[in-house]
Amino acid sequence: MKKYDVVTSISYPKKGAMGKTGSWRVFKPKLDKNKCVKCLQCWVFCPEGVITKNKDGTIDIDYEYCKGCGVCANVCKVKAIIMEREAEG
Amino acid sequence: MKVMIDTGNYVAAKAAVMAKPDVIAAYPITPQTTLVEGIARYVATGEFKGEYICVESEHSAMSACIGASAAGSRTFTATSSHGLLLMHEMLHWAALARLPVIMCNINRVVGPGWNIWADQNDSIAQRDTGWIQFYCSSNQEIFDTVLQSFKLGEHKKVGLPVMINYDAFVLSHTSMPVYVPEQKEVDDFLPSFKPLWKLDVDNPITFGNIIGPAYYEKVRKAMQDAHEAAKTLVPEIAKEWKNKFGRYHGDLVERYKCEGAEYILMAMGAIGAESKVAIDNLRAEGLKIGLARVRTFRPFPAEEMIKLGKQADLIVIDRNISIGSEGALFNETKASLYNKSDAKVHGFIAGLGGKDVTYQDIQNICKKVINGKAKDFEWYGLEGD
Repeated sequence: MKKYDVVTSISYPKKGAMGKTGSWRVFKPKLDKNKCVKCLQCWVFCPEGVITKNKDGTIDIDYEYCKGCGVCANVCKVKAIIMEREAEG
Repeated sequence: MKVMIDTGNYVAAKAAVMAKPDVIAAYPITPQTTLVEGIARYVATGEFKGEYICVESEHSAMSACIGASAAGSRTFTATSSHGLLLMHEMLHWAALARLPVIMCNINRVVGPGWNIWADQNDSIAQRDTGWIQFYCSSNQEIFDTVLQSFKLGEHKKVGLPVMINYDAFVLSHTSMPVYVPEQKEVDDFLPSFKPLWKLDVDNPITFGNIIGPAYYEKVRKAMQDAHEAAKTLVPEIAKEWKNKFGRYHGDLVERYKCEGAEYILMAMGAIGAESKVAIDNLRAEGLKIGLARVRTFRPFPAEEMIKLGKQADLIVIDRNISIGSEGALFNETKASLYNKSDAKVHGFIAGLGGKDVTYQDIQNICKKVINGKAKDFEWYGLEGD
């Protein structure tokens, strides 16, 4: 990866180039793995790519970068993801 | 070295093509149109070998140059008046992304009323975009400054876009003899473009992405530092040009007969050339007066102003007006003298809307100040005055 010695807004492709965007959240997607049917709709639709698909078909949400937009909860047909207001602090 | 007798616009087109840009994107507008035609002629003759992109607006012209520059291309464009205003957003983009797009702007009135003649309000309105701004006073200076601007803007300590301004019709459509160096000499003077950064499929990056306040502040500060660096590099490049080609138009400021002057006249653009005739005549009458023609309005040559203010009282002619305030050069000259000199500074507004400002007018202005009859700030030669 070539690094440029210049002061302007350039970003290199890497995880969280903008910093820990998880701090932007008001609502948090809470996943109930028992309800999940592994349809992967949330994984497809997550606009930030913070949902990862595991080998066994289950999913995990990376809360360090999830902005809490709620798209995953909206597309989940079995209500395995619900949006919960996060506690302060 | 040969002599080309042609208009400011064709001369600018010649200089731009000799810099061998990879991309020129432009949209025609009076009085810049013949510059675009000039480039087209060099496309037809094969002298310009880069991409010539005909776009549908000035906003697109600047956007195309930004994209091309971001991909590591040397770029050039030209515009005027309302065209420049339509680019305004993208002017900020080019500067904040540190892309050295080089542009001629032919200073023309902003309407309404509809008027195509000389006036600096179009480029003064772009003062805060981060662009370096030159103001030229002759066709030879246009030619030389365009080529010097490529070297300045692309310099690793600068990395900023440069605007070369000159007066509508007075220069853009007036033929003058201009010395044109050989292509090889230009190639020796102007190295190939080495971008500070570039979009590259083998080394993927994005630019213009979101950044937080702390980083944004650093971006702004770096631009300010680049303008400070330009204050040193403008004279260096001008001297290098002088050594190579024997021509010199001053650096940040051109001084003319300032030795022992008790009054110094200041102006930008073609009025600065006309002023030399006025200074010659006033000197012949025994008046101790000189001229400081400001070539770079950005970076603003504050240190030069202090030197002038320590020597003499200043008379500033502005072909622009910041409505509700005063002339831009007058305003900024006074600001740079604050607490540094107790020179009296007189400001005049003259030549708006393309009105002729003759050497006789300039002599009248100077004499009014010398005879103690001038106000601090006034409009010269309004109808009925």
